Amino acid sequence: MVTATNAYNKRMDGRNFDELREIEAKVGVVKSADGSAMFKIGDTIAIAAVRGPRDLYPRFMQNPKGGILRCSYNMMSFSVDERIRPGPSRRSREITLVTENALMPAVDLSEFPNSVVDVFIEIVQADAGTRCAGICAASLALADAGIPMRDLVCAVSVGKVGGKILVDLNKYEEDYEDGSSDMPVAFLPRRNEISLLQLDGGMKKEEILNALELAKKSCVEILEVQRNALMGKYKNG
Amino acid sequence: MDNISREYLIKFLDKGKRINGRKFDELREIEVDYNVSKHAEGAARIKFGDTEVIVGVKLEVGEPFPDKPDEGTIIVGAEMLPLSSAEFEPGPPSVDSIELARVVDRAIRESKAIDFKKLCITKGEKVWMVLIDIYTINDDGNLQDASALATLAALKQVKIPRYDGKKVDYSEKTGKLPLLSMPVECSVVKIKDKLLSDPCFEEEKMMDARLTVGVTENNEICAMQKGGKKVLTIEDVNEMIEISLKNSEKLRKLLK
Repeated sequence: MVTATNAYNKRMDGRNFDELREIEAKVGVVKSADGSAMFKIGDTIAIAAVRGPRDLYPRFMQNPKGGILRCSYNMMSFSVDERIRPGPSRRSREITLVTENALMPAVDLSEFPNSVVDVFIEIVQADAGTRCAGICAASLALADAGIPMRDLVCAVSVGKVGGKILVDLNKYEEDYEDGSSDMPVAFLPRRNEISLLQLDGGMKKEEILNALELAKKSCVEILEVQRNALMGKYKNG
Repeated sequence: MDNISREYLIKFLDKGKRINGRKFDELREIEVDYNVSKHAEGAARIKFGDTEVIVGVKLEVGEPFPDKPDEGTIIVGAEMLPLSSAEFEPGPPSVDSIELARVVDRAIRESKAIDFKKLCITKGEKVWMVLIDIYTINDDGNLQDASALATLAALKQVKIPRYDGKKVDYSEKTGKLPLLSMPVECSVVKIKDKLLSDPCFEEEKMMDARLTVGVTENNEICAMQKGGKKVLTIEDVNEMIEISLKNSEKLRKLLK
């Protein structure tokens, strides 16, 4: 279906197809929180703060067998061109759900019965891939807060744009007129386990498997940045 | 209590059996009924065993989005009625019902099943809005696939009412809503190391993870959504897509 005119032979921002945008990560960006982090990938910026473990109310929500993880994903009204009305939307509620599911396998809250660990994610500036940036920031914030974890969580969007499989779509690529498929993926890199997987758009099975391999490879790079951010906190102290 | 039932269920799975007697990749018996409401532009009732959903489609004239002046639109909503499960409560939409509706929407939209340009009445001013409402009648698991199939079935029935520029005359129809593809959704759940198609209520409750796969008639995958609190491997995803590709054909054949 892809013809010479609509093939995406070169990326608009000059990156290779398997190249991530520039990543910056920093922990401790919200001083009053128990843990926090900023994760920037290209022009997408997410901050996350962790509060807890703390008592969970109302009491009927408490789980005597362990703590619960409660996330919230939100885009600031000015994070995109057309202002977003503040408050939860259907989109943000769904992303909150999949974010919780993406982080849950990495944390162990069995030591904290009847309590909650709150993870607040705010998108300050958006240029595609916000849920993945949010998950990367949140996983760093959880580690920064000293929550027992089996692994970090690394997330990135892969997809097919103008017939090419590529990683870390920017907004232009996400909206590419001649066909764009967007597949956000999160890995627990230690055992290459997938904790987030969504797809918008058409791909064949083989393409999905290739894209998953590309995501796996890219998550190793993201992990490196996350590790450095965590280590960086203790370097100058 | 949860743990006991899970153990019970896994004891069956380890023997190669499901508590409902089905094979791991076997769907339930599916019924399609189009006789739902004469006031809907299109409607369908789908039963997957004891799971039952009704989907109705209404058309309204509305304003297009400023960035797509010559395109109509769809809006999918899902009501998880308290009458259909002891777990559903009255009130504003739960996150589960939002997910249900959004994942149905995703497959229809991303497969380009509806030609939005054909829904334009006057560019920049008036377009048809296709309002799709999902109502659950009984939840015995896998509302997702039943809802997606019912939505496609209902859309296939839709006839566009007459519009004279001022008022919609619902008693008169002008033609069918052209569909460009036939997306259905297939969900597979993972429990321990087993992959199960079309999960029943108990299997869904006890699952570790779920993958819903939207598939078109060309075996193109137009939507995916992972659910559940545990992880999947790449091999799991591969196998789950494979099962879904196979089951999707069976589902599509049920629609006239």
